[in-house]
Amino acid sequence: MLLSVDNLQVSYDRIKALHGLSFRIDEGEIVCIIGANGAGKSTTLRAISRLVPVEAGTKMTFMGRDLLKYPADKVVSELGISHVPEGRRLFDNLTVQENLMLATFARKDGKAIGKDLERVFSIFPRLSERQHQKAGTMSGGEQQMLAVGRAFMSGRKIMLLDEPSMGLAPLLMKSVFDSLKEINREGTTILVVEQNARMALQFAGRGYVLENGRLVLEGASERLLGDPQVKKAYLGG
Amino acid sequence: MVIFLQNLVNALQWGSFYALIALGYSMVYSILMLFNFAHGDIFMVGAYIGFGVSVGLIGLAHSGLLPMPHWLILVLTILVSMFLTSFVGMIVERVGYRPLRNAPRASAAITGLMIGIILETGNLILLGARRVSFPSLIETATYDVGGVILTNKKIMIVGVSLLLSLALHQFVRRTKWGMAMRAMAFDSVVVPLMGVPLNTMAALTFAIGSALAAAAGILFGVAYPVLDPYMGIVFGWKAFVAAILGGRGSILGATLAGFLLGFTEIFVAMVFPSTLRDLIAYSIILLILTFRPHGFFGEPYSARLRL
Repeated sequence: MLLSVDNLQVSYDRIKALHGLSFRIDEGEIVCIIGANGAGKSTTLRAISRLVPVEAGTKMTFMGRDLLKYPADKVVSELGISHVPEGRRLFDNLTVQENLMLATFARKDGKAIGKDLERVFSIFPRLSERQHQKAGTMSGGEQQMLAVGRAFMSGRKIMLLDEPSMGLAPLLMKSVFDSLKEINREGTTILVVEQNARMALQFAGRGYVLENGRLVLEGASERLLGDPQVKKAYLGG
Repeated sequence: MVIFLQNLVNALQWGSFYALIALGYSMVYSILMLFNFAHGDIFMVGAYIGFGVSVGLIGLAHSGLLPMPHWLILVLTILVSMFLTSFVGMIVERVGYRPLRNAPRASAAITGLMIGIILETGNLILLGARRVSFPSLIETATYDVGGVILTNKKIMIVGVSLLLSLALHQFVRRTKWGMAMRAMAFDSVVVPLMGVPLNTMAALTFAIGSALAAAAGILFGVAYPVLDPYMGIVFGWKAFVAAILGGRGSILGATLAGFLLGFTEIFVAMVFPSTLRDLIAYSIILLILTFRPHGFFGEPYSARLRL
């Protein structure tokens, strides 16, 4: 077991956003959490990345280590948990290359950094062409590639992705998910949260359904895709 | 023409102080989104630390323990004081601002003013209510260039401030710390996701800003060798204006605006009675800001999604 989350509770201004989530992810898996807008998907990822405080009673371990003992930057640099945030949040004022290199800020394995950069450019050749361009000047699809590439550079045990399909045309969406599959095959575990339930379930091996801060269903993707409740609520009948 | 050039030279020197102090203001504001209203007082503390260091070094040199020429004492004074004052900045950040990182911005502003008062009165307690005179480290040499009087001190002051601005510019452009600073200025919420420790970066930002203020303080002491505990207040406010005028986060902007402020003050004083200097000079600045509210190189602040 790679990541284990037990009784995850988060509140914003005393309003409970997550009411005790528990789930597990094994090494090498692709897992998705689907749910409507406001269900708590982003909050779940932010809690794992330690960007939002969690409440007493929450337990999270990563490779047997207590996740709550690590501040946000160490979660990335010491545990290897990378996070592609909602809306990509690139540094528009930095070039493509600077965005990628910034993600290696705390890494000390100089040689491996160079190799990883080459790998990112081979997965996303467009980024290589645009290395010296400011991130803010690229198209939405290219920006999503950069967001994934940046996460790839920062740490690679597990990648948390927040709505990677957002704002992308279907064809681009597919190509981004294909690249993620490739990254997964090379050993990176993936946890993706998505509103686009069909896309996410086709991509992931296993899924959870999140409703109003609670996990209400879980199972293999094929099973969820065939579930009448899921069909009705998330797959458009 | 000679009078104009003479004033230009004086304005360059005067603007050097503003430019160096404005850099620290601008850095802290753009990277940490807070106005460090104690920054003028850090300039004052830097000048006093410079005073202490130079007196100590002169004593050391004259006692024969460590003979060294005066120019070397000046160089060492600047470097050692910048180093020491950077710790003052880091302490201010750690004690005063870090606990307020997620508090309303007004809390940080009030804290800044309070820290300023603490530094001023702390100085009074330590050294008493008297002015101290900064030791003359280099003999003034005067050069007459076609009627315009240059001194070695003026050349050094302008040179050092330009050099430090340039060094900071290179640091921010070329190092990974500088890159992290630029990223924080754009969107600090997701910076930790890059493995960048925010606290270290905040401390570094304050350290650099304070070191530059210390350099300004020593250069000021070289030109106007009388220090008093309240010397930082007016300089602080004016450098704050320069930071705004330069545009958020722009090093070039803060430097240029610092010099522009110097020019405006000196040239206004050349034409109008000097009692009206600040009134007229800052009316001009106000007018510029009316037409360029984001300053020279600032971008209109866009509300971004914050966590």
